[in-house]
Amino acid sequence: MSAVLLLVIGLAALLVGYKFYSKFIAEKIYQLDPDFETPSHTMRDDVDYIPTHRVVLWGHHFTTVAGAAPIIGPGIAVIWGWLPAFIWVVVGTMFFAGVHDFGSIWASVRNRARSIGALTEDVVSQRARTLFMIVIFLLLLMVNAVFGVVISESLQATPSSVIPTWSAIAVALVIGVSIYRWHLPLFWLTAIGTLALYLFIYIGEIMPIELPQRVLGLQPGAQWIIILFGYAAVASLLPVWLLLQPRDYINGIQLFIGLGLLYGTVLIANPTIVAPALNLNVPVGTPPLVPLLFVTIACGAISGFHGLVGSGTTSKQLNKEPDARFVGYLGSLGEGCLALVSIIVACAGFASLADWEAMYSQFGNGGMLAFVQGGATIVTAGSGLSFGFATTLLTVMAVLFAATTMDSGVRLQRYIIQEWGGIYGIPVLQNGYVATGLAVATCLTLAFGVGGADGSGGMLIWPLFGTTNQLLAGLTLLVISLMLVKLGRPARYTLIPMAFVTTMAFLSALYQLWNLYSNAQYLLLSLDILILVAAVFVILETGSAIVRERRSRQQPVTT
Amino acid sequence: MDFPNFRNKLRLALDLLTEFYHAPYRGAIARAKRDEDDLFMLFVFSEMLGVSNPVIYYTLELQPILMNKFHDWHTRMGMKQSPLDSFRCC
Repeated sequence: MSAVLLLVIGLAALLVGYKFYSKFIAEKIYQLDPDFETPSHTMRDDVDYIPTHRVVLWGHHFTTVAGAAPIIGPGIAVIWGWLPAFIWVVVGTMFFAGVHDFGSIWASVRNRARSIGALTEDVVSQRARTLFMIVIFLLLLMVNAVFGVVISESLQATPSSVIPTWSAIAVALVIGVSIYRWHLPLFWLTAIGTLALYLFIYIGEIMPIELPQRVLGLQPGAQWIIILFGYAAVASLLPVWLLLQPRDYINGIQLFIGLGLLYGTVLIANPTIVAPALNLNVPVGTPPLVPLLFVTIACGAISGFHGLVGSGTTSKQLNKEPDARFVGYLGSLGEGCLALVSIIVACAGFASLADWEAMYSQFGNGGMLAFVQGGATIVTAGSGLSFGFATTLLTVMAVLFAATTMDSGVRLQRYIIQEWGGIYGIPVLQNGYVATGLAVATCLTLAFGVGGADGSGGMLIWPLFGTTNQLLAGLTLLVISLMLVKLGRPARYTLIPMAFVTTMAFLSALYQLWNLYSNAQYLLLSLDILILVAAVFVILETGSAIVRERRSRQQPVTT
Repeated sequence: MDFPNFRNKLRLALDLLTEFYHAPYRGAIARAKRDEDDLFMLFVFSEMLGVSNPVIYYTLELQPILMNKFHDWHTRMGMKQSPLDSFRCC
């Protein structure tokens, strides 16, 4: 099958979703009101609350939610064939992610821009919020651990990416200082910074770097993981203007360049999809498609993390309520586009079915490696760049996405630990260095506890990460549904996705429970149990709140 | 080619790019700046709070200038009323 045909079908479906379904949701369900004064106006402080142009806000929202996860998830999930992954990404984005992301912004805007966690306390209960916080912490813990492992594997697989990956930090530092200290114009800094990054990619190709085979008994994989978390700890303590802000900005620019490059070269090269539509010959040990597909691809179909972004920062900057559709729904569409192209490069970037099967010789393979190798083949065919350069370019791009998520993730974990220190009266936890040390220690424990001494098995965390992410999405949809019930509006458009996502996440968690127990993965097993228990309690709390609300609406007024 | 129109569009694009850079971290940076300002306020008013200040000769001059920020500062520091006996702002 032609990759271009698949691309066109996918894009057309996503556009139809935006044009018609999101319009229906905006008008009939969320009933967006152009005259409603958003918190960015009513609570304006020019710090957190500030009306922002919807294109800028969309760019910010999209680049925050789209990272390495929509590349890795589809890259793993095509092991069941391209068709299930394609259908889940397209249908999930249209009917699940769009409504979820859009809804979390709307719900927050209608409640003084409160975060979805705070909203849980408002509309459900304080207990539910505490449990929500635990699920969020576990999600951050897993995303940091798994991205540490993924970056380590990528740097080992493509040694030419080492210099450009670390040079990107220097480029970001120079941009940060140039803007805040020297007040240099952003446009020229962007142009020079981007060119410098590509120059470093060229240098990296000439000077590949590999770590020694043994340092203090540690293999290269383990060495990279420790270096990466050491960096993440330092980065999360630095002022945001110095590193995180310019790094995020560079990544945003890279995301747009990368998407343009991949889509453009797929259109020019028009490769053939060599992977089967439905793979009936999966390797031994591959889990069943249902329910694992729906947690393997979380970001790219529906992801609870988006609700945290939408209700945490986006809602505070929304200028007009109808902008929520543009920012939220179109933001999820952007991520769907990234997942779509990841599926295509992982299925069409190989010369033959045998090559593809060699890549997918066991469950968990593929991921970022398939994206890089398949993508580089297509970029080379479509643009004339050398295969080596294209490989380094795509590795750097994907690693930068993952690394920035790690930076932010460790920082957020630190905030949560400090907050717990305040809530439970443990002053030592409120210390930034102690909290960061704890955050990094938990991530390292998970990465090595699961992945072994060299961290090589760390990708076992991925399905559990997806499960947690989907549960969070389900919980967010529950809160939105409860708000709709309170307003007397149809809630099925959020309740049906919620029921589907939660059921799949639950089944996956139960499947993994047995699987992890059989494989003696007791650390992940305990996390799995914790996630299941927390989710059951939050769902019971929210479910009872919905029933209470429905009953109170049905009771006649007696006074 | 309509140059003024093109120039306006270019300017808008550059403005949006600048906004794209600053918007995500505006709050975090403003909070960090406020933390630094709070420390400076403590420094300026430390003598009145019973903490000796070796450069009181210089910071004393700043007190009238910072007085309009004093109320916000002490409420942010968790003190509902002014901590100073010598004067009350609320």
